[in-house]
Amino acid sequence: MFRWGIAGAERFIGFRNYGLILQDFRFWQSLKNTLWYSLGTVPLTMAISLAVALMLNALPKGRNVYLALYFLPMVTSIVAISVVWRWIYHPRFGLANAILSILHLPRLGWLNEWRSVFPGGPSLALVSIIVLMVWKTLGYDVVIFLAGLQTIPREYYEAAIIDGATGWVKFWRITFPLLSPTTFYLLIISTILSFQIFAPVWLITGPPPGGPLGTTNVLVYYIYENAFNFSRYGYASALSIILFVILISMTILQRRVIETRVYYEV
Amino acid sequence: MKFRILAIYLGLSIIAFFMVLPFYWMVTTALKTPLEAIKFPPTWIPHNFVWQNFVHAWRSAPFGRYFLNSIIITVGSTLGVLVTAALAGYALGVLNFPGRGGIFMLLLATMMIPMPVYIVPDYLILTRLGWIDTYKALIIPWIASTFSIFLLRQYFKSIPRDLYEAGLIDGCNHFMLLWRIALPLVKPALAAIAIFSAVSSWNSFIWPLVMTNSPWMRTVQVGLGYFLHEESTNYTLLAAASTIAALPIIILFVFAQRAIIETYMRSGRKG
Repeated sequence: MFRWGIAGAERFIGFRNYGLILQDFRFWQSLKNTLWYSLGTVPLTMAISLAVALMLNALPKGRNVYLALYFLPMVTSIVAISVVWRWIYHPRFGLANAILSILHLPRLGWLNEWRSVFPGGPSLALVSIIVLMVWKTLGYDVVIFLAGLQTIPREYYEAAIIDGATGWVKFWRITFPLLSPTTFYLLIISTILSFQIFAPVWLITGPPPGGPLGTTNVLVYYIYENAFNFSRYGYASALSIILFVILISMTILQRRVIETRVYYEV
Repeated sequence: MKFRILAIYLGLSIIAFFMVLPFYWMVTTALKTPLEAIKFPPTWIPHNFVWQNFVHAWRSAPFGRYFLNSIIITVGSTLGVLVTAALAGYALGVLNFPGRGGIFMLLLATMMIPMPVYIVPDYLILTRLGWIDTYKALIIPWIASTFSIFLLRQYFKSIPRDLYEAGLIDGCNHFMLLWRIALPLVKPALAAIAIFSAVSSWNSFIWPLVMTNSPWMRTVQVGLGYFLHEESTNYTLLAAASTIAALPIIILFVFAQRAIIETYMRSGRKG
């Protein structure tokens, strides 16, 4: 897969594409953006959804109604959702800025803002995509966490209460360790999935997509752009291989961690 | 204790409010006049409901054709998934043949490779086949799903072997066994697979985006995507068009939410 050039003029060029990639500023930028995106979405989604799942688990009634509302964005098409969020993020008429001005906060440029939210960090445009995707995928993590919570036997908590444990202690000593298989499962699939982010970038960043100033250019978009805008199929395939190696090594690494760290016995 | 439960309800409701807000915003923007849509601060309830926006949006792009394409692709790939999952699930779960374990492992291994990794080589293959811009490119690569095969295999395995053997003694062949005995017993699993496959097919974006060139082959999602780029400032039309595009799945979700949530849970697929 690491060979050919442009339409018609295919020839074997060995590993030259990989050499070019390593010197490609935009590749490194897209890798950095993808990493920031992943570091933003994965922990944020998991933290919020764990809190939501804990709250749902404590409810006597009405769990399914909430669950359905949280899950709705998950099944809705990313295109429709991106359209709405671009409108919400509109710098002049958007709902996001309207809410900020109700709270007497300064308005923001959202998707148009290339400046970093902190030095060396992701741009506000990328953070806008992160928020959108946290919102979209939250329901999935909630459902999985809730299922995990329901496998923890009640007797453990009853015993802990007899021993005088408070809510916080119960969470860190019982819930969190017993939930660790679920947590690691979510961590793996969410991380792998986060590296495949594409649609919102194509749809609502820029123009050109990946903008402003390439600060929302992510790996899969960069592959897409090279293959389907510039017809550089060889280069795009080499990029795909790099993405694949990253994903596979993450899977293997995380499997190892699971085997050593996670508490499986219940 | 009472107070704690109340606080939880309040917390969950605030989050639910933010989960629903973008949907509310989509529908209300779709009902505003263009002038009202760009009011700042925005109005929460449209002054008068402009239902005309939906008609207008439907006519501003060939959405009828997009819907037809999406329906053909969704129905085609869902039927394909059901057939291949039944056949392969039965073969891998019930039949005994040399190499069964190896084939199964190979299938599971394909699940490790996400689509963005192979979309470029697949595009080149489909180009050579001359399939680009045809239904073939949009349906045939998706008529088999490893997850569905895996799920049906588990279900077929859980049916007592005596049932299969009794059927064989009565002179059934394996196709009849599959059709008459195995499939009727796993109807809920078939429904789950069909729903899941239909939702992912209807919502798929990057694949039809890459594999089609002409506007006439676009699916609803791809058509809406291009509509977004072409009409990027026509907010009421865009909101109306997105509402139309999202509606079929939302309706399906309202009726089959339990099945959908459960299938997502088991599939290990977030996207």
